Amino acid sequence: MKHGRWRFLLGALVPALVLHVVFVLSPYAQAFWLSLTDWTGVAGEARFVGADNYVRLGGDSLFLDAVRNNALLLIVVPLVTIAIGLFLASMLRTSSARIGQGYRIVFFFPQLLSLVVIAVLWGFVYNPNTGLLNSGLRAVGLGGLAHSWLAEPAFALVAVMAVLVWSSVGFYVVLFSAAIEGIPRELFEAALLDGAGKWATFSRVTLPLVRESVQVAFVYLGIAALDAFAVVQVMTVGPGGPDGATEVIGLSLYRTAFTYGKFGYASAMGVALFFATLTLAVLALRSGRRERLELA
Amino acid sequence: MNPDSQVRPYPSRRTVLKTAAVLSIPALGGCVTSGKEDTGGAKDSGAEKTTENPLGVKADAPLEVVVFKGGYGDEYAVKAEATYQQKYPSAKIDHKGLQKVGEAMQPRFVAGTPPDVVDNTGAGRLDIATLVSANQVTDLADLLDAPSLDQPGKKVRDTLLPGVVDDGTFAGKTVALNFTYTVWGVWYSKSLFADRGWTYPKTWDEMVALCAEIKKAGVAPWTYQGKYPEYINDPLLSMAAKAGGPDLVKAVDNLQPGAWKQDGLVQAATAFAELAGQGYLMSGSEALSHTEAQAAWCQKKAAFIPCGSWLEAEQKGVAPAGFDMVMGTVPARSSSDQLPVTAVQAASSESFLVPAKAKNAAGGQEYLRILFSKQSATAFAEANSTLPAVAGATDGLTLSSGLGSVRDAVTAAGSDTFTYRFRTWYAPLAKAVDDATGELVNKRISPADWSTRIQKAADAVAKDSSVTKFTR
Repeated sequence: MKHGRWRFLLGALVPALVLHVVFVLSPYAQAFWLSLTDWTGVAGEARFVGADNYVRLGGDSLFLDAVRNNALLLIVVPLVTIAIGLFLASMLRTSSARIGQGYRIVFFFPQLLSLVVIAVLWGFVYNPNTGLLNSGLRAVGLGGLAHSWLAEPAFALVAVMAVLVWSSVGFYVVLFSAAIEGIPRELFEAALLDGAGKWATFSRVTLPLVRESVQVAFVYLGIAALDAFAVVQVMTVGPGGPDGATEVIGLSLYRTAFTYGKFGYASAMGVALFFATLTLAVLALRSGRRERLELA
Repeated sequence: MNPDSQVRPYPSRRTVLKTAAVLSIPALGGCVTSGKEDTGGAKDSGAEKTTENPLGVKADAPLEVVVFKGGYGDEYAVKAEATYQQKYPSAKIDHKGLQKVGEAMQPRFVAGTPPDVVDNTGAGRLDIATLVSANQVTDLADLLDAPSLDQPGKKVRDTLLPGVVDDGTFAGKTVALNFTYTVWGVWYSKSLFADRGWTYPKTWDEMVALCAEIKKAGVAPWTYQGKYPEYINDPLLSMAAKAGGPDLVKAVDNLQPGAWKQDGLVQAATAFAELAGQGYLMSGSEALSHTEAQAAWCQKKAAFIPCGSWLEAEQKGVAPAGFDMVMGTVPARSSSDQLPVTAVQAASSESFLVPAKAKNAAGGQEYLRILFSKQSATAFAEANSTLPAVAGATDGLTLSSGLGSVRDAVTAAGSDTFTYRFRTWYAPLAKAVDDATGELVNKRISPADWSTRIQKAADAVAKDSSVTKFTR
């Protein structure tokens, strides 16, 4: 009997485990090893170089640009996305059901497009001469505000951030709407009877009760902000430019590996990014572990 | 069922993890770097070398050819394979036309089982300098010294255009032969210029004067593919090379201290900074992709655009009828230039190589001898309106205006062609140059800052012991 169970369990688990180990864990483990070597990506062997690659990261000005830009993305993108997401979701709660449903679908549209498509489309929008943005500004007489959005260092990263926010906000509207719908209606009614205005209802009732969703959103968006590779690679000048203004770690890694043929060094970047992402996830989940509100 | 047996009916989390760990060990062992190192390669157990068979090809050895199937297709490579088959009817030929050659070939190089010929071209191609330093490519000296297939009395080496052999030479060994020949210059519409009475300038002063006239006529004098700043680099570096001559180019490629502070480079940078400063670059160019900038140029919104000789083929269907694009050589900076104004930056591409561990390396080289024959090159030129690397391949053909101007430029240049090698030797330096030039033509740095910045990047590459160095 016992043996039969084992056999069944192994039969069920082993294929999945083997796939996971071969295609997920083993590349990770190899990246850790490769980050300590000078592997070129085409040679059959790699020489052990110790921590050299990690030391080099500290002096690589383009990589440091990338770290700075990812840090900025990490601060701005989750905050803005969540703020807009919460705002729209709580607006939808107070609007009529049919309109709310319609908007929810419209907000979700960008989620259906691949990031590459989004980046290409926004590349057209940002075109300085014929793009929608500048043409729109000129049409309403604000031609003075028109810029070469992706080619000016002051605006390029902001332009990338706007695309990231635009592409993800719809998903969080849906997520937060679902969380808000889970809040018992009586609580809102009670707040209304107590004379709470819209803002007080939001900050005292809605927000505390969707905390968990917001926290999860922070982790997801944080990870997306540490990546941002696809949008930058497709849309920006250079890519990663002008002059490193939109460089992100993923792009540095990609270029180092596939253009420069330095897989060892690129692996070191990957390992650094891995730890950054891990730390972020742990911190974000820990910080919110405080008292849980009981609804009952 | 005895309830006691329920205590440990299922494996605990710990035992599952332990089992997983044991299972994973063999998987982790299959690591990317576990490939065997050089056993000298499966060198050609070749046949005897004769005049008919100068490379000693074994008649029945199979041949595997991997070709980049991009803008030129792979029909030309298939034709050469047919010729090979005629010559060696018992050989089994395996042809692969791929778009992502690098991706497909990387694991095969690592595993030591590469094909016999690789056309290492296209986005994501393998870095040739990396392949060289990993000893993954065959020295093609035998091929170069073998007699040409259809030009009696000439060696393969002597049938190629100037610079082709050098382009494939790394540390004294020629390891790649490039099939197409690219020339860089400044393009304009012959019909537009005839209409407006403009003439293509020979010196930079004339260029600046003409730009003022063009701007007055309501056309932007220049545009460029700003999203990829390397495009505007080419005329800048060409001008520098003409001013400073081959020594300037050599100093740059050999990473000599102070190479980027040479007068020729600073002068050229100043010229392009002026172009930007005078407002002669079409506004918005800095953010346009190559397709957008080239389309604007075809719509006659700008008069000049820098590009390589592929431009005409790329603009097929975009350029209006009667646009008649032609390529001009980069104007001379001053009368004290070391090279004549007809000198052009020329380099070959579509890089064919024979992997060091190819099973049929002799067959691979024989295949290249067939591909680089005059007949095969002429057929290629006809089909693709592109200049092949074989000299005289376009003789007697009726050429389009763009390709004709390219051929004339090559003829006029004679032996005065030059090319910078640092782009292929030291990719990170190329990136630094592109970034700096992008900043320069957007007026964010001065020509002096430009040369200081690049010099710093060049010094960093020179100091970096992990980079394989080349000299010329």
